[in-house]
Amino acid sequence: MTVARIDARFAALKAEGRPGLVVFVTAGDPDLETSFEVIRALPAAGADVIEIGMPFTDPMADGPAIQAAGLRALANGQTLAKTLGLVRRFRETDQATPLVLMGYYNPIYSYGVPRFLTDAKAAGIDGLIVVDLPTEEDPELCLPALEQDIAFIRLATPTTDDKRLPTVLRHTSGFVYYVSINGITGSAAPDCNAVAAAVARLKRHTELPVAVGFGIRTPEQAAEIGGNADAAVVGSAVVSMIGEAAAEGLTGKPLADRISAFVATLAAGVRGAKRSAA
Amino acid sequence: MAMAPAQTPNSYREGPDEHGHFGIYGGRFVAETLMPLILDLEKAYEDACKDPSFRAELDYFLEHYVGRPSPLYFAERLTDHFGGAKIYLKREELNHTGAHKINNCMGQILLAKRMGKKRIIAETGAGQHGVATATVAARFGLPCTIYMGKTDIERQSPNVFRMKLLGAEVVPVTSGSQTLKDAMNEALRDWVTQVEDTFYIIGTVAGPHPYPAMVRDFQAVIGNEAKAQMLKTEGRLPDTLVACVGGGSNAIGLFYPFLDDKEVAIDAVEAAGLGLESGKHAASLAKGRPGVLHGNRTYLLQDDDGQIIEAHSISAGLDYPGIGPEHSWLHDIGRVNFVSATDQEALDAFQLCAKLEGIIPALESSHALAHVARIAPDLPKDHIILVNLSGRGDKDIFTVATALGAKL
Repeated sequence: MTVARIDARFAALKAEGRPGLVVFVTAGDPDLETSFEVIRALPAAGADVIEIGMPFTDPMADGPAIQAAGLRALANGQTLAKTLGLVRRFRETDQATPLVLMGYYNPIYSYGVPRFLTDAKAAGIDGLIVVDLPTEEDPELCLPALEQDIAFIRLATPTTDDKRLPTVLRHTSGFVYYVSINGITGSAAPDCNAVAAAVARLKRHTELPVAVGFGIRTPEQAAEIGGNADAAVVGSAVVSMIGEAAAEGLTGKPLADRISAFVATLAAGVRGAKRSAA
Repeated sequence: MAMAPAQTPNSYREGPDEHGHFGIYGGRFVAETLMPLILDLEKAYEDACKDPSFRAELDYFLEHYVGRPSPLYFAERLTDHFGGAKIYLKREELNHTGAHKINNCMGQILLAKRMGKKRIIAETGAGQHGVATATVAARFGLPCTIYMGKTDIERQSPNVFRMKLLGAEVVPVTSGSQTLKDAMNEALRDWVTQVEDTFYIIGTVAGPHPYPAMVRDFQAVIGNEAKAQMLKTEGRLPDTLVACVGGGSNAIGLFYPFLDDKEVAIDAVEAAGLGLESGKHAASLAKGRPGVLHGNRTYLLQDDDGQIIEAHSISAGLDYPGIGPEHSWLHDIGRVNFVSATDQEALDAFQLCAKLEGIIPALESSHALAHVARIAPDLPKDHIILVNLSGRGDKDIFTVATALGAKL
């Protein structure tokens, strides 16, 4: 399936006439089994696309919430191999929801790029977001991934100007992830007008769907951003809630239920979005 | 352990290529938000290199503010003590702020000014780079924020106060291991957040291109001076160069001008901490393998899953799980011989240098001296060793006192 699964999902969203909800969670947070329960329940809660974070000790583009999630997972022994195992289990019961792995390059480089792509594809991964691989480093992973039909989803940011955008979009597939603020994950709230203008700018350069993320925490924000984009991405808010629940001693299905309830409110938000620019 | 060189290059001084690669090392592994800034920086640095007025201004401040050239000093008493090779010290510890770090900071702040940047950020481990950055920021009237691991703040309190006196804001970093690597993560996060007006002064020959090459160029003043001074004093080049290496800026600064002088042997000394087999060290070349961190591919201390492992060294300035990419390349092609010295060996050398030469060396530089102590006795008397005394040890007296069980 790979990139086709992402394309099919965005085509279906377009047909429904609504923006999508992309939910990010960190693999193995707070532990492998609980994380599986959380991820397995996300589609029913209303997540249209799932981003699975690959924990890394030094996540330089992430704020405190996702940093902490990665450390919780690593402390419980999470590895890239276990993350791929999680994906395989998810795919046993869900063939439709696009899964995107998100993280940093070193664990993948350490695993070995050809082996990683083979295993990721076999596990049922559809796309990759690797924060520290800009287009200048495309031969590392982007081009080999595209050869395997795995989408390489690029981040575009407010600093990516019109001159640079074509370069950034050149080998992008699946969707474009617009980082709505200059900053790290989970920080300042995005300005909706600026986001609308930025999405319109991206749309002049690409036919691909545009998902917007960084700083979206509430159903209202998800609705507002969804009104101006093809999808809204929520990560830190979900991951923070996992952290709080874990701190209260919740694990397994009770924790997953709490996360699902929150994701359902976000999903209701995007479903109620008033479409404007997109 | 060095891999067999595919081929010996005609020159060891041609790197990096246009993408910032030294062999397979280096590169630009950064988030897209930073990419346009790094391209801007690269262009601004290239322009500055072509502008004689930039070099002239830098030379002026290096002479009148930093106090260059630093002396090349014949360490007669250490030489007599070891009874073998003739030992010279390149006295970088006599620079303003007490270490080689300011050579690079002066270059970068002039570039920041030229680019119209309004705010300076930096990471620091031991605090030497933080002090040097705070110093030039004060001199040129730019606000300055220094990221420093909480652990390092505790063990380097004099430098923290120094930075504050110089007007810098020192931000304690509580993420991860709370040391240099985490300070660098946090500085990168700051930069991503305030891209418009901020200039990030990286303190070592690491980070995304063009930093490794740019920092090396600013530090090469060490080797260029030493070469001329040695020719004047001895009428010939030294036989062996020795420098300590964490990220590796003082080492590359000394080595770079000598890389094509094939008769000159080059030894770089990593921090072996409690011993290479203890797991508590900072020897990324001896015990690491290639990986990607902080914008470049280089040797890193990491586990089987590619997670970064904490480094350890008694010297906060060497306490980093990576090394500059050019060093990784020089290691693989065999031009530089990488060795290591333990905390204890460094402590011994620290005391010996103080007692014999009246010079209190930084714990970082003491690793270089520890290696000299091992090789000098067995070398002939006409063998010349040139050591980079990269910093002074005043900042380390509390650490050393604790290690020696002395009460202050």
